[in-house]
Amino acid sequence: MKALLSLTGIEKSFPGVKALDGAQLNVFPGQVMALMGENGAGKSTMMKVMTGIYQADAGQIILNGEPVTFNGPRQSQAAGISIIHQELNLIDNLSIAENIFLGREPQKALGFIDWSKMFDDADSLLARLNVQRSSREKMGNLPLGEQQMVEIAKALSFASNIIVMDEPTDALTERETQSLFKVIRELRQEGVGIVYISHRLQEIFTICDRVTVMRDGQFVAESATSDLNEESLIELMVGRKLQDLYPRVDHQSGQVSMKVRNLSCKGINDISFDLHEGEILGFNGLMGAGRSELMRVLFGDVKRTSGVVELYGEPIHPVHPSEGIKAGIAYISEDRKGDGLVLGMSVKQNMSLSSLTALSYMGAINAEKEHVQATYFKDAFNVKTPSLDQPIGKLSGGNQQKAAIAKGLMAKPKVLILDEPTRGVDVGAKKEIYELINQFKQAGMSIILVSSDMPEVMGMSDRIMVMKGGCISGEFDATNVTQEQLLAAAIGKH
Amino acid sequence: MNQTVTNNLMGLKMFEWLKQQKALIALLVLIVVASLLNDQFFTTGNLMNILRQTSVNAIIAVGMTLVILTAGIDLSVGAILALTGALGASMVSAELPLIVALPLTLLLGGALGAMNGLLISKGKVQAFIATLVTMTAIRGLTMVYTEGRPISTGFTDTADNFAFIGTGWMAGVPVPVWLMLITFVLIWALLTHTRLGRYIYAIGGNESAARLSGINVDRVKIAVYALSGTMAALAGLIVTSRLSSAQPTAGTSYELDAIAAVVVGGASLAGGRGFIWGTLVGALIIGFLNNALNLLDVSSYYQMIAKAGVILLAVLADRKANA
Repeated sequence: MKALLSLTGIEKSFPGVKALDGAQLNVFPGQVMALMGENGAGKSTMMKVMTGIYQADAGQIILNGEPVTFNGPRQSQAAGISIIHQELNLIDNLSIAENIFLGREPQKALGFIDWSKMFDDADSLLARLNVQRSSREKMGNLPLGEQQMVEIAKALSFASNIIVMDEPTDALTERETQSLFKVIRELRQEGVGIVYISHRLQEIFTICDRVTVMRDGQFVAESATSDLNEESLIELMVGRKLQDLYPRVDHQSGQVSMKVRNLSCKGINDISFDLHEGEILGFNGLMGAGRSELMRVLFGDVKRTSGVVELYGEPIHPVHPSEGIKAGIAYISEDRKGDGLVLGMSVKQNMSLSSLTALSYMGAINAEKEHVQATYFKDAFNVKTPSLDQPIGKLSGGNQQKAAIAKGLMAKPKVLILDEPTRGVDVGAKKEIYELINQFKQAGMSIILVSSDMPEVMGMSDRIMVMKGGCISGEFDATNVTQEQLLAAAIGKH
Repeated sequence: MNQTVTNNLMGLKMFEWLKQQKALIALLVLIVVASLLNDQFFTTGNLMNILRQTSVNAIIAVGMTLVILTAGIDLSVGAILALTGALGASMVSAELPLIVALPLTLLLGGALGAMNGLLISKGKVQAFIATLVTMTAIRGLTMVYTEGRPISTGFTDTADNFAFIGTGWMAGVPVPVWLMLITFVLIWALLTHTRLGRYIYAIGGNESAARLSGINVDRVKIAVYALSGTMAALAGLIVTSRLSSAQPTAGTSYELDAIAAVVVGGASLAGGRGFIWGTLVGALIIGFLNNALNLLDVSSYYQMIAKAGVILLAVLADRKANA
């Protein structure tokens, strides 16, 4: 089959790094091409070359049989390529429709905006994606998952014949993901070529026809999805064999460490559960089911309206994260960039940020003690950084996450809450993080693992609580549960 | 051989470091050019004069640096300078012992600043608006208190001793310059070696992350604005002492000079990025430029335009460097 677009022999260097070195990608009409590789393999750079944000140092881009060069995203857009970025580029206080048509609003005579046409067009795009919202609603009122759907609607509005989707389902619920897949299948029928980037292997096998694998900026293989399985795909990506992705360890859990009874706050209602030492308690559920709210109320970042929380028999009532930390709870946020890390500060300064009281004397930081602690965690967690003084924003997602966990653990918590600890983390680093979590478990730490990733929550947890509409809708033994059961509890079908 | 490698490496590091120090280089160039154009410029007398003139703006700019590092702004410093100056002058003319009057004045400045901090953190008012409100209110209060007339510190021994702050010399250096240096060293130590300093950078870098890391953001902000108010009060004491009287309109638009010094020094108004020595260099650039233009008989009208040009250049150079 003739490719719509093909990139061959692409090279791209930045000062000190060769990001792409003989990269290759073909997009075929009516097919979904998965682009796979670990973080840092050069996928994003490749997409930027493809859309004209970067210019390749060498190599060819051939569009419909003609060699082309793009000197900016506008040119690639005009040539029929649109991209759904991983990072949302949306403006909270504009309406959905204004966001979709930003900068290309339909106009009437004299340059006035044709509002009714804009809202109608936006509404039909939303309907196509099965989003039950009026396009007149403000962007900021939407939960993250629906914002992502709007970003997708925006890409569809260009009516391009090539669409690049960069981790489109990261923030989506199961149902939203299904709606997206339905649209992808329609687009495929219409002959649109799709590039699909995702870390979720299952999705690749569900929706993609072919896979291109990259490693260290180089092309590794292109193959039909049907010729691969999860294991062989991972092997291609990491270039070595990976044992079972979820290395669950069996460990006898100990006494009850945290006892939660009838806990309520805005968004959650009457939550009760026990957490044991040496146990990983998984929390699953759809986005907006109240998982993050529950974790934040336990940590003291959200006000509790009623209920009791006991830590080793002592009632605690944190009303600020500082009190949550003091009581012995560490919360690792799901949103590293938004509220997890201070990206401009160094690796060391981020790691020690929750522990400075212990590292100071009369308000003055003991630099040596701080360095010793940070070095210990850097080595123990295998945080790959040229130096502890490196700005943390320059590390890869996986290493940032390890540093974020180090920050929580340096404060010596009794309970560790991990909210989506592997979001945006590549396969290799994921496994390292799982192993770390297992080490904590074996050391007797009480761990709460919040995750939307069902294989992850099933593979890591001992027990799983499913939340729905702010309540607990099911509790399962993780060794003895199916994805269908979890999903049924999450969406309320029985 | 090894020695050369080390030397080259050192040279490279020096070069990298120098590339970051655009403001410092600009200051040195300014000094060289001014010295070549006018032989009065590079004399001990003139240099001390410039340092003394710069000290008031520099001290205010120290507090402003802390505020800007938290991604805030403090427009009330000029007004605080005037009110604390007036109250200080009253205390001196009432012959209150300086050992009481001086700390009390600084404390008053700190309290006014803490009020800003409370409005911003607990009241959730944007820093620009909050300090605009307090600036206006404090200016009004100053007018009410002074009835629009200067307050003389009087002709007592207390007043003579008080005059030492603004006019005295120690070890060949004017007292305000000593005060400026002490302030800078103290705040440098605060920013680089204390928990509070670390928290200030963290809040400016990412306030939500700082909160979730267990930092009491409100308390840090109140402390920062209180420090800014204290610095303004110190500047108020220097100005009042130098003139032996407090002018009700003293410090008008000083907040803008302080912000300019901080920005020229390389700090980002978005918070989280900047160094205290940059602010010193920034304040010196503005001070040296004014002085050089004075010596070259450039009218003060043109001086304003030149100052604007320097600020713009500094910001543009900084943007280039961070692009």
